[in-house]
Amino acid sequence: MSMPVPPTIAAARDGLRKGEFTAAELAEAFLAAIAAGRGLNAFVHETPAIARAQAQAADARLAAGDAPDLCGIPLGIKDLFCTKGVPSQAASRMLEGFLPEYESTATARLWEQGAVMLGKLNMDEFAMGSSNETSVYGPAVNPWRDGETRLTPGGSSGGSAAAVAAGLCLGATGTDTGGSIRQPAAFTGITGLKPTWGRVSRRGIIAFASSLDQAGPMTRDVRDAAIMLRAMAGHDPGDSTSADLPVPDFEALLTGDIRGHVIGIPREYRLDGMNAEIAALWDRGAEMLRDAGAETRDISLPHTKYALPVYYVLAPAEASSNLARYDGVRFGYRAKLGPGDGINEMYEKTRAEGFGHEVKRRVMIGTHVLSAGFYDAYYNRARKVRSLIRRDFEAAFADGVDAVLTPATPSAAFALGGAGAMDPVEMYLNDVFTVTANLAGLPAIAVPAGLDRRGLPLGLQLIGRPWEEGELLDAAFSLERAAGFVASPARWW
Amino acid sequence: MPIDIATARKVARLARIGVEEADLPALAREFDAMLAFIDQLAEVDVAGVEPMTSVSPMKLPLREDAVTDGDMQAAVLKNAPDAREGFFAVPKVVE
Repeated sequence: MSMPVPPTIAAARDGLRKGEFTAAELAEAFLAAIAAGRGLNAFVHETPAIARAQAQAADARLAAGDAPDLCGIPLGIKDLFCTKGVPSQAASRMLEGFLPEYESTATARLWEQGAVMLGKLNMDEFAMGSSNETSVYGPAVNPWRDGETRLTPGGSSGGSAAAVAAGLCLGATGTDTGGSIRQPAAFTGITGLKPTWGRVSRRGIIAFASSLDQAGPMTRDVRDAAIMLRAMAGHDPGDSTSADLPVPDFEALLTGDIRGHVIGIPREYRLDGMNAEIAALWDRGAEMLRDAGAETRDISLPHTKYALPVYYVLAPAEASSNLARYDGVRFGYRAKLGPGDGINEMYEKTRAEGFGHEVKRRVMIGTHVLSAGFYDAYYNRARKVRSLIRRDFEAAFADGVDAVLTPATPSAAFALGGAGAMDPVEMYLNDVFTVTANLAGLPAIAVPAGLDRRGLPLGLQLIGRPWEEGELLDAAFSLERAAGFVASPARWW
Repeated sequence: MPIDIATARKVARLARIGVEEADLPALAREFDAMLAFIDQLAEVDVAGVEPMTSVSPMKLPLREDAVTDGDMQAAVLKNAPDAREGFFAVPKVVE
């Protein structure tokens, strides 16, 4: 009974409104694709009953002529979002069996607008990782392969990226603390947008590093990102840091006209020993934007090299505080206790058994940098350098730069299992181009822009001014059109 | 400053994460590698720079001092590993 699935949210929306197919038929087609795609390990909790009920309700709204853009659109949700009555375990043993009693604001907005939930998506444990290999479910697999070699879809939103790239859903939610939307998007040839910090409510999203975490859409193209962001974003009294600003119709702002815009090319991003194909793609991206009528300008963001060290102080510090709640008392895992074990043994055994290695390492680093005697040297110093990193961008924008163009990742997707051979610092270098936008709170988008010599997708990143997602999406739309990326992975799963 | 085993033990204890004695040397080495990476920050001139408190300049909003939520004991306790008689149950804390 499966129909051919439309390639994008926009195409599905238009087809639904024209009555070419129903939301129920669309949901069935994607449920079938998910069943056939289990080898990718992208969906880790499937919710077909919810999908069918929501699709039926969407069909009623479509028939009544009351259909927002996302009405009837099948989506996947990262396991980090609390979804009422549906497992939401941040890919951790710690939250096995946890069934939230409430819905995250971001997903609640999607359902209010008629979107259809297909299930929950794989990720790195508590969003800490760049390869999906810290997941308690085992890694999601990239639908792109290097010959016969299985590749990581990136992380932490690896399941979201794999699912969208493989056509298992039309769009997915992701979250991005240091690059967790943009790096997997680049590794799988899709579009990933991290909005301005505060644009999308964080209420009900399991916290990693609150001053950096931001949810956003992962989609097939820029138009779909615009549609989905509009649906997720907006002020929420339940998140005191969510911005009380109007949410524009981002799709209506896509003009594809970038003439007269100034695109900054930051010289500090040209790293020693940079992958030649990535460097060439970056140059080509700048040329494409020039051909489209933009001015490109060499700029300096002098504190760039300190972004990763700042991140690896602040993110673990905030994580050590946020993850203190997992103590075996109110929710989640509790270790079996021995005779005579008291409450401290309960905490220590619960956290030793419930958290994976990477999470424990980061919580302990965070504990160390916040501990007496180190707080000023590490934590406060990192917060000061963070101020300098934001100032670098403010100065560039004040000089008339509209957006900054960089590579999205230092390489194409790497082999699964390769993470074991890397030391942690080497793994952290995956975020070298993306982490600055989190530290500065800026919106940033990864757009697929080409293939490497092995036929694997490579992405470019645009970083925009605060709250100017509309302008950023429009610049990305120009880049997307110029790059003309249409490749998709050959089905092998 | 290299991290010794005593420091690793202390950090694990502060984080309330049980670490076997035999695993402490490897943990100390991992901390060392991380801290060596972080130590680059020492070379930045931060004189006169305020530590960032919020990445988006914003004033935290005030709301009316009113009860907006509550009266949901069952929901609050539903995911507890051990809930008894309307309470979260834990091992004995005070002898």
